[in-house]
Amino acid sequence: MSSLLWIIPALPFASAAVLALFGSRFSRRVAAWLGTASIGLSALAAILAAIEFLAARPPGSAWVDHLWTWISLGDFQPEAALYFVPITLVMVVVITFVGFLIHLYSVEYMRDDEGFSRFFAYMNLFVAAMLTLVLANNLLLLYLGWEGVGLCSFLLIGFWYRDPANVRAANKAFLVTRVGDTAFAIGLFLLATHLRTLDIQEVMRRATQQWPVGSGLAIAAAALLLGGAVGKSAQLPLQTWLPDAMAGPTPTSALIHAATMVTAGVYLIARTNALFVLAPPVQFAVALIGAGTMLLAAFSAIAQRDLKRVLAYSTMSQIGYMFLALGLGAWSAAIFHFMTHAFFKALLFLAAGVVIQAMHHEQDMFRMGGLRFDLPVAFWSFLIGGSALAGLPLITAGFFSKDLILWQAWAGPNGNGLFWVAGLLGATLTSFYTYRMILLVFYGPEKLETSYKPGPVAVIPLITLCVLSIIGGYIDTPPDFGGVPVLSNFLNTVLPPLNEVHLGAITELSTAISASASFAIGFGFAYFVYAPWRGALKPREDPLLRLWYSGWAMDWLYDRLFVRPFQFVVRAGASDLIDEIYTGIARITDLASGAFRQTQNGRLRWYATGVAAGFVVLFAVVLLVR
Amino acid sequence: MYLAVALFALGLIGLLTRRNLIFTLMSVEVMLNASGLAFVAGSYQWGRPDGQVMFLFILAMAAAEVSVGLALLLQFHRRAPTLDSEVASEMKG
Amino acid sequence: MLIAFYIASAIAVLATIVAITRNHAVHALLYLIVSLLAIAVVFFVIGAPFLAALELIIYAGAIMVLFLFVVMMLNIGEHATEVETEWLKPGVWAWPSALATVLIAELAYVAVHVAAPEATMHVVTPKEIGISLFGPYAIGVELASLLLMSGLVGAYHIGRRASGEEEERYRASTDGARVVSSSGAVRVGSDRTSDAA
Repeated sequence: MSSLLWIIPALPFASAAVLALFGSRFSRRVAAWLGTASIGLSALAAILAAIEFLAARPPGSAWVDHLWTWISLGDFQPEAALYFVPITLVMVVVITFVGFLIHLYSVEYMRDDEGFSRFFAYMNLFVAAMLTLVLANNLLLLYLGWEGVGLCSFLLIGFWYRDPANVRAANKAFLVTRVGDTAFAIGLFLLATHLRTLDIQEVMRRATQQWPVGSGLAIAAAALLLGGAVGKSAQLPLQTWLPDAMAGPTPTSALIHAATMVTAGVYLIARTNALFVLAPPVQFAVALIGAGTMLLAAFSAIAQRDLKRVLAYSTMSQIGYMFLALGLGAWSAAIFHFMTHAFFKALLFLAAGVVIQAMHHEQDMFRMGGLRFDLPVAFWSFLIGGSALAGLPLITAGFFSKDLILWQAWAGPNGNGLFWVAGLLGATLTSFYTYRMILLVFYGPEKLETSYKPGPVAVIPLITLCVLSIIGGYIDTPPDFGGVPVLSNFLNTVLPPLNEVHLGAITELSTAISASASFAIGFGFAYFVYAPWRGALKPREDPLLRLWYSGWAMDWLYDRLFVRPFQFVVRAGASDLIDEIYTGIARITDLASGAFRQTQNGRLRWYATGVAAGFVVLFAVVLLVR
Repeated sequence: MYLAVALFALGLIGLLTRRNLIFTLMSVEVMLNASGLAFVAGSYQWGRPDGQVMFLFILAMAAAEVSVGLALLLQFHRRAPTLDSEVASEMKG
Repeated sequence: MLIAFYIASAIAVLATIVAITRNHAVHALLYLIVSLLAIAVVFFVIGAPFLAALELIIYAGAIMVLFLFVVMMLNIGEHATEVETEWLKPGVWAWPSALATVLIAELAYVAVHVAAPEATMHVVTPKEIGISLFGPYAIGVELASLLLMSGLVGAYHIGRRASGEEEERYRASTDGARVVSSSGAVRVGSDRTSDAA
């Protein structure tokens, strides 16, 4: 299997190409089959690879599949090669499997859309690019996948391109992540120049050999890579694009902006962990950014009115958790949380899609209500997924992964009491906004009639993800609850394990209890404010809520700080000298033609005069020459 | 010869000046006549009959041209009941 | 003989000048006929009696008469004469005269540098012309006949009076509306135009 790894990304690539070229000629059935089956086969291949990998662990815990040498420049020879280690295994299986479920769901969701095969082409291309990113052996190939997912994100956000608002959202996403991508590229240049290689394992090895801990180069490289990760994963300060990216179709939001693309940054940092270990200030910055985003997004989420925007901010917040984990050195905890998050966030988005379709594309939660009888599937999906998000103790997967992060926020070598508290606060807020969402949408008086029932093609993925959201956490439970650290052990064969340092006042058990407490507080508060017996609720208007609603006014800030000066400069430079030369030429031509046009006045005598005068002049010339 | 030149120039003046189409045609006739005179004078100067033969042809041509020209004039007069050549300036711009 | 030549040429020039400055069409044509007669005399003096006769018969006799026919057929009337007076202000003559003067100068210059005319007069008899026509210029004769034929057919077709409705359509679609020429006359040769381009 190790030499057949390339099938996993190749299948979606091929299907994307076919759909792109011939998609308009296929019927919906064929396009749906092609699009979904390719991902399904890819998932199958991934599972087979996983089974084989687990059964016969290769030496060094890594498979390498050299495909071809991409560039050949002396001692700098990045290849197109695939690299399979436990962390990759987890990512690939999650991406393909969840991706498959989402594709299945979109067969029903997009059935009325005229861009059906185009949609599947883009989605397949996205999965292919994401798999390339994850399976890449070296940073250059990873960057290729990175750019690919950025492109597909742009294409899919602006999928309904006829509405200019969607296009603006897509542009915004692309531009903001571009800022991060540029930092990433510069980081790549730096690494390539100093370490003469971009192979990830080599980079880490050489960096640890050549650069002392805390050296300027290490800090610079790590900081630049962090810049790229921040952009792609929508963390501070490049997070403004994610809420607007909800303009795309809901399956897109589910796949790209919840489960996979936005986690690319997490993956990047986890893969190049040695670099970050070499640059403690940067690692601290990672944790800080993670914690900051987590809180900022959580506050924003509690003030949102649009269903998908709540989920978007929630995603931002959860990725903040992952970044926090990375910053603390809890690499495997971050990956674990990624896995559970993929399950329940995709579930939430897909269920949101069901709700939105039923509400005739109305997305304001305050206009929904009482849907739990009309849409039972969606209701239970939301309940299960939301509880996983909020961290309902013991039953849901989210509890275990979040608990792991919280514990290591306290106990790890980089741990800090403040981060622990921040994590708990975040958990409380998460619980609050989740149950707020559920209460507003599914309880209370029914404000909008609905007659839509999702078909089996949409229900199967929902149920599958529900199950996974519940049982997914059981592969890594803390010692007090069963002690099954399967995932951590698995991942720690390639990721540095976290040594628990600060024990003391707060044990793992008390962390778990505190997490449960935050869950309960959030839930209780939400119930108190948004309870069904309060009747129809209107959104509140007060300045603090407005601030949170606008995402802490960062859009406004960026507009003033960057966008307007830039536009000013562009406008000022629009009519410069060189431009003037060209318009001058045009204007002169226009004037000349106007002048010449005067001679065409259609008057006989004028023409006769012309003839006579011309003759006279020519004759004079002839005479004078002689 | 000078006579021919003078007459030709006069015909030209008339052509350029007059707006009424009849006078235009008339001036053209004057010019034709003048050029014919030039031919004949030349034939006289060099003692060959060719110039006079030329004049014959010019005469024939003038006859044909006059008839066609007057026919056109008639049509013009029917379309726009005027003989002003300035009116026929639609092909401008 | 020479005196006859000079007198005849003076008459010709004067008559032409007067002809092109008349307001009344028929007057102008009559003066033109006078000019043609004078030219015929010149032909005769030069030694081309046949041509003189031809000039009188064809040019003055047929072509000018055709002109007169058409003018009188059109029956424009007094209005035309007034309009002509308005159109022919002195300023109109300025540029064309200048142009023509330059032309005269050039042509005169050319004429001066040509060999001087012989004193002897060589009368060309009709017989010589006939021989010429049947000989070297035979094809010219054929072409001339072709030309006359096409002239005839063309004149007939172009001058045909259209049927009633065609004429209505003509009138509707042309600028017949702005018939009467304005008094803001445009001068030939000047750079200003009255119509905006």
